[in-house]
Amino acid sequence: MQRIGVFVCHCGTNIAATVDVKAVAEALGYEAGVVISQDYQYMCSESGQNLIKDAIKEHSLTSVVVCSCSPRMHENTFRKAAAAAGLNPYLVEIANIREQCSWIHKDIASATEKAVILGRAAIAKVHLNAPLTAGESPVVKRALVIGGGIAGIQTALDIAEAGFDVDIVEKEPTIGGKMAQIDKTFPTLDCAACILTPKMVECAQNERIHIHSYSEITDVKGFVGNFTVTVKKKARFVDETKCTGCGLCMEKCPMKKVPNEFNMGLDNRTAVYIPFAQAVPKVAAIDPNYCLMLKNGKCGVCSKVCSVGAIDYKQTDKYIEEKYGAIVVATGFNPIKIDKYEEFAYSQSPDVVTSLELERLMNAAGPNGGTLLRPSDKKHPHTIVFVQCVGSRCDDGKGKPYCSKICCMYTAKHAMLIREKYPDTEVYVFYIDVRTPGKNFDEFYRRAVEQYGVHYIKGMVGKVTPVSDGSLDVQASDLLANEQLHIKADMVVLAAAIEPDKSARPLATMLTTQMDTNDFFTEAHPKLRPVESATAGIFLSGACQGPKDIPETVAQASAAAAKAIGLLCRNSITCNPCIAHSDELMCNGCSSCEKVCPYGAITYIDKEFRMPDRTTRIRRVASVNPAVCQGCGACTVACPSGAMDLNGFSNSQIMAEVDAICK
Amino acid sequence: MQEAMIKRAEELFSNGTVNRVLGWKSGEFAYDHTPAVFTSAEELERDFVCDDFTSANLSKYLVKETKKDGRILAFLKPCDTYSFNQLVKEHRVDREKVYVIGIPGGPKLDIEKIKAKGITGILNVKNENYTLKIETIYGTSEMPFFEAVSGKCASCKSKKHVVYDELIGEDGDVLESDRFAMIEKLENMTAQERYDFWRGELSKCIRCNACRNVCPACTCEKCVFDNPDSGLENKAAADSFEENMFHIIRAFHVAGRCTDCGECSRVCPQNIPLHLLNRKFIKDINSLYGTYQAGENTTDKAPLNDYKLDDCEASVVHERGVE
Repeated sequence: MQRIGVFVCHCGTNIAATVDVKAVAEALGYEAGVVISQDYQYMCSESGQNLIKDAIKEHSLTSVVVCSCSPRMHENTFRKAAAAAGLNPYLVEIANIREQCSWIHKDIASATEKAVILGRAAIAKVHLNAPLTAGESPVVKRALVIGGGIAGIQTALDIAEAGFDVDIVEKEPTIGGKMAQIDKTFPTLDCAACILTPKMVECAQNERIHIHSYSEITDVKGFVGNFTVTVKKKARFVDETKCTGCGLCMEKCPMKKVPNEFNMGLDNRTAVYIPFAQAVPKVAAIDPNYCLMLKNGKCGVCSKVCSVGAIDYKQTDKYIEEKYGAIVVATGFNPIKIDKYEEFAYSQSPDVVTSLELERLMNAAGPNGGTLLRPSDKKHPHTIVFVQCVGSRCDDGKGKPYCSKICCMYTAKHAMLIREKYPDTEVYVFYIDVRTPGKNFDEFYRRAVEQYGVHYIKGMVGKVTPVSDGSLDVQASDLLANEQLHIKADMVVLAAAIEPDKSARPLATMLTTQMDTNDFFTEAHPKLRPVESATAGIFLSGACQGPKDIPETVAQASAAAAKAIGLLCRNSITCNPCIAHSDELMCNGCSSCEKVCPYGAITYIDKEFRMPDRTTRIRRVASVNPAVCQGCGACTVACPSGAMDLNGFSNSQIMAEVDAICK
Repeated sequence: MQEAMIKRAEELFSNGTVNRVLGWKSGEFAYDHTPAVFTSAEELERDFVCDDFTSANLSKYLVKETKKDGRILAFLKPCDTYSFNQLVKEHRVDREKVYVIGIPGGPKLDIEKIKAKGITGILNVKNENYTLKIETIYGTSEMPFFEAVSGKCASCKSKKHVVYDELIGEDGDVLESDRFAMIEKLENMTAQERYDFWRGELSKCIRCNACRNVCPACTCEKCVFDNPDSGLENKAAADSFEENMFHIIRAFHVAGRCTDCGECSRVCPQNIPLHLLNRKFIKDINSLYGTYQAGENTTDKAPLNDYKLDDCEASVVHERGVE
């Protein structure tokens, strides 16, 4: 006969304000098998845990039900307490009467009734619990960083520093990401390249870091401590081991009209190219969409001029498979496409640019060699209008509902730099409100206004119209002066919202991690576990988790590295004992479970079974490898005959819970 | 046709290719043919039959038959070959132990549709130029052939054999059928109308288990409804609503594996249109995951057992049910 102890937590007033905890404890005390039912203010506190431990000993409890918060919060606490009192930790069940009850109900009577029902379900389940013992599985001491922007670079450097091998997988031919495209950084105005490129070089030189540039993740299998990842190394038609990065091929390539992505398409590059001078690895790649040799088989100039014979037109995509203990996602962001905002005339005039395009226009390695000239006629602009929040904080469905966070600061930076370098230029900034919550950020913005005389105008730009004299008519409203303005501008700069990189969603699916509705990765806990995903062993670094500036990105990148290092330091991790097993007498051998198993834990064996009349029969039955199974339960629902069952969440336990709820 | 089949079966017997033949034999009446295994030429000559009433799908019998020694000859209609493939795919039938002869399909006749015309005491039914000459103890009656075609043949999805070792007669094509017309009608009902429809149909059930026993997708070593440990077997009989749950649970169990062979409705003594439950699943799978025909081959991953990056999101599936 079971001897069950029920412990109902008040959680201060979190539960007790909406649920009559005393009534719950009393009602559950009458359930079959329950020998003690108590309530307490904080079950998770030391004294609350002692209450459980003492009761286990005093009443010889065989299992425990705790009615408290989500098992994600304190299941472990109570399991450990039970184990300390000599009870198998898997004989503890949690009834979640906080997140699933008190927090979402207002009426005390109905919340109390529901809490009792949830308690009953847990009691019904715990009746069928069996003691389980956890095994251990080894940790592969190697990390994977997906994305080679500043976030990925920082994470990789920190992990390598701790003595572990790290692979960076970057989809572009070079690491560096968005930061490499940026001219200066706020709030100190130092040159982005000057502080980024040393880190890129450090990555290249660190023997623990291996860069797979021009590569993508195509498949992820396995689980925390033991992921198997397939990386597609896209054909770059240049042998990475031979190329010296001399750049002769670029000089001689006859196909010179390829839009240069690095300069946001503001100038051209050749078909064979190295994205920028400080690229890491400094290895050329051939763009198959433009290369005359690859398209028509006629040219071959680069191959002739390459002194080391690195050009290989026959190169194909290569797939490599590698095992990792931890994975850090650092896929970053992109500015949104702003073609839906036709009112700003972005597609009608080359003088309407996005902020990232302006970075390139102002950069010494940009199309104008660092002199700010209008794209249309290469003349010096005298009036520049900045438009904030283009697509950010937008509820109209065209843009994004969130604040992109970095635009206020980089616009202040742009305005300041322009006023500093070209004092004859008038700069207007139209804003909804200016957000500068960061160290030295507000001081920076005030300098733009007070010291550099940038005209900040509260209001939105309604329409930008190209005028026949080559200028732009900016029609806007000044909300503080309550008047309509027309500004004759030479250039308009749009602070486009930022969004997660498009590669993030398919990646999240492969990693079985969660995303929010904006495709930002969801952290395990927004306050307490900000760099971990809900999937064990997957960590989040940089803007893939939410809009971030560089200091914040680097801080989070190092935090993600610390979490990954914490995992890699361990020789083994405790496995989840809640794994699947098949009832061979019921198994049809139909292979449904094998097909849905994400871990490849199921194989089939031909086994001899005794049949009536002293006969035997060979039957094909499923067999689960307990070291590989992660207890996801996919097989148990795919099994047509119900032969597959999950320890700790057996079909009969779940049925018992449902029955208890429906009673 | 029947003669050619018997002749070919006798040849395969005598050259040792097979040691048994799976076909149909006539029962008490001229129209109630049942599946049967023949072990000799004499048995074939005496009992083997193949005519407008040999509707039964033989594929499921091969689950047991291929566990025996030797190879068996099976005559499969186009629709039966889909079930056969599905069973091979699920490792329930050993392909090596079957010699499949594809035979032309229906349309087969439903005796109930003839009886519904008030024709009783039937001794024999003959098809002459698509007019049925029905010999009864009271004399001879006539009715148009197509008025007596069975439900499953009326919405035939394919005349193509997806697997065979040899063919008798010509192979056909996959057909454009209107088999989802009734599903659309049900989908257009309000929730209450649909509930009333299914309550009306399913409450006729007498739990004879004929649908489960004939279903080629129901080949579990131990059916959950027969297993005291499953926690289902008592519930399904506990009250009238749970009784209906039997059919819904069964439809879920065969979802993605049902080839739409129509046997469940054909054998139902209460004429419950059970195939509609399965067809709804097929229609949903087609629209959510792309057209899929269970049993079309033995290699495809079934949509419900597969995971692709472009699979529709769970929320899309969820929203469909909201009215």
